[in-house]
Amino acid sequence: MRIKISSIELKLLAILASLALVLGISLPEANAQPKLKVGILHIGSVTDAGYNQAHAEGAQVMKKNLPNVEVISVENVPEGADAERVMENMAKQGAKLIIPASFGYLDPALKVAKKYPDVKFVHPGGYKRAPNLGTYWASTPEAFYLMGIAAGRTTKTNKMGYVVALPISFFLGNINAFHLGVQSVNPKAETRVVFTGTFLDPGKEATAANALLDQGVDVLGVIVDSPITVVQAAEKRGAYSIGYHYIGAQKFAPKGWISGIAFTWGELYTRFAMQVMDGTWKSEALLGNLASDYLTIAPFSSAVPADAVKLVNAAKQDFISGKKHVFAGPIKDNKGVERVKAGEVWPLENLGKMGWLVEGVIGQPN
Amino acid sequence: MIGSFLAGLLAGSIHAGTPLLYATLGEAVEERAGIINLGLEGVMLMGAVVGFITTVQTGSAAVGVLAAALAGGLFNMIFGFLVITRRANQLASGLALMFCGVGLSALLGASYIGSRIHGLNEIRIPFLSGLPVIGPTFFNYDILVYLVVPISVFIWWVFFRTRWGLSLRAVGENPTAAFAAGKNPHRLQYQALFIAGILGGIAGAHLSLALAKTWAEWMTAGRGFIAVALVIFSKWHPLRAIAGALLFGGAISLQLQLQARGVPVSSFLLDMLPYILSLAVLAAWGGRRRHAAPASLGRVFQGTE
Repeated sequence: MRIKISSIELKLLAILASLALVLGISLPEANAQPKLKVGILHIGSVTDAGYNQAHAEGAQVMKKNLPNVEVISVENVPEGADAERVMENMAKQGAKLIIPASFGYLDPALKVAKKYPDVKFVHPGGYKRAPNLGTYWASTPEAFYLMGIAAGRTTKTNKMGYVVALPISFFLGNINAFHLGVQSVNPKAETRVVFTGTFLDPGKEATAANALLDQGVDVLGVIVDSPITVVQAAEKRGAYSIGYHYIGAQKFAPKGWISGIAFTWGELYTRFAMQVMDGTWKSEALLGNLASDYLTIAPFSSAVPADAVKLVNAAKQDFISGKKHVFAGPIKDNKGVERVKAGEVWPLENLGKMGWLVEGVIGQPN
Repeated sequence: MIGSFLAGLLAGSIHAGTPLLYATLGEAVEERAGIINLGLEGVMLMGAVVGFITTVQTGSAAVGVLAAALAGGLFNMIFGFLVITRRANQLASGLALMFCGVGLSALLGASYIGSRIHGLNEIRIPFLSGLPVIGPTFFNYDILVYLVVPISVFIWWVFFRTRWGLSLRAVGENPTAAFAAGKNPHRLQYQALFIAGILGGIAGAHLSLALAKTWAEWMTAGRGFIAVALVIFSKWHPLRAIAGALLFGGAISLQLQLQARGVPVSSFLLDMLPYILSLAVLAAWGGRRRHAAPASLGRVFQGTE
């Protein structure tokens, strides 16, 4: 039997079919829409085992914690107009949270923040804010103090060395904290500092590390973008090393690793994303400390004596509870000038103004 | 005390000076042929990254060095095509080559940052490296350091004692005359560029496989340009280049050694030391450098068509 279909039924069928098609395509898509797009910019490569990798892994952890978050990541973005362009691009793509992960991105980010008031920005290490741009960082001196305790107890020559990019106040503060920690367990020890003049130059870092080792240093620390070169140089000559930025740096020094300071931004980024999603985010200048989950002390190696580990843990608790302060006076700098009077404390919030090196540190602060 | 300081200084200057010397020798070869290559930095970076990647993949730093040399040579052939066959402006092409090298090496090396390699081993010469002060200073290096001075001597010998070297220098002085004498300037220049590329690639490999044993973007940090300056500094002479590279490497090492010793001078000033030293030497012994350059440097033989 032939089924007769009239033209009206045909049109109805066509309409129904196309409706079904449209609904069929759009409904699953509505389910797959990410609830939040997060953009992150890196100044370098995310495999640098240092600064950039720490930020990138933070974003990865955030994505794992919140499956409905999509991450747009761009590497090697130069500071300045390029950074502005990349951030605008991200905002146009629908990103509602942007992480410009380099100090020099602050001004470009402020410009873009003004243009896109409904996009939230969080900047690491910045010192200016906006209604939709907040800053965050982890205060590191206390962690460096703990490293100093461990190093002071592990050294055999009582000579520590630090390879540092530039003599900016935050780095000077870290070195000072380290040395004060060393002195608390080993009053005879000295710390030598060499500045390479740049954030990343492996050739110079290797030469600087060797220069320090030539002086009898047997513990090498590092404050540059990637700890690999210095840690390897120490390992090659049988010295101990202290890592920075990235928790995985230990693999470069299986024998000489003491510990390290790492930034683990994952949970913090998760919190930022959740706040943006439920509308509770507000601009603030977040400054974490040892108690925060984004500042991590790497596991100690077996080279560190057990009593040192006990001292470290005790000091850590004292810092967290507020009983102990890193820069508690009296403190003299290495030119003999008194910088902190007895009974006073140099607050960590003023780290940006520290333009001197503590007594016992051999190096030039300016 | 002073002895150990000098020993450390010398060791550091040899280490820092070796990549500079390889690069300077390479640039000297191409400039003797009349071509100035400002893109040496890019060639070094290609050598560094290819050497590093090859070492990671094969586990052998020796293979890495060979790969780096080849990569440098081939990369310089691109420059050769531009300035010899297409007659492009040498300065502009060189700079373009540099930027290309920076970007391409960064792209290739991106997934290899953070890789661990064993790198080039230090070779201890049995009896000599045991000698009291000079032992560890002079006889405890990787193979590339030991080879650099013999290679310099070899290049000097090639320049001034072989037919090929004579033809090369003739092309750099007066390619038209060389052509009239039956030489093929373009072919000689390509050959020179290939050799220069090999040397530049080895320079880069020494940085990534021996000195730092890692790869980071733009890790040559301007050493390619320093080499171009060192060529002028050493009057295009391979043996004087040894002194130049050692001086500059020594200055780099010196400023870091001085910091490590606690000398009360600002690190910013010390950072300038290598450049100030070079300026001082040029001021004292500048003299007739301008006339020591190959007469046709920067110009390429136009051919007979």
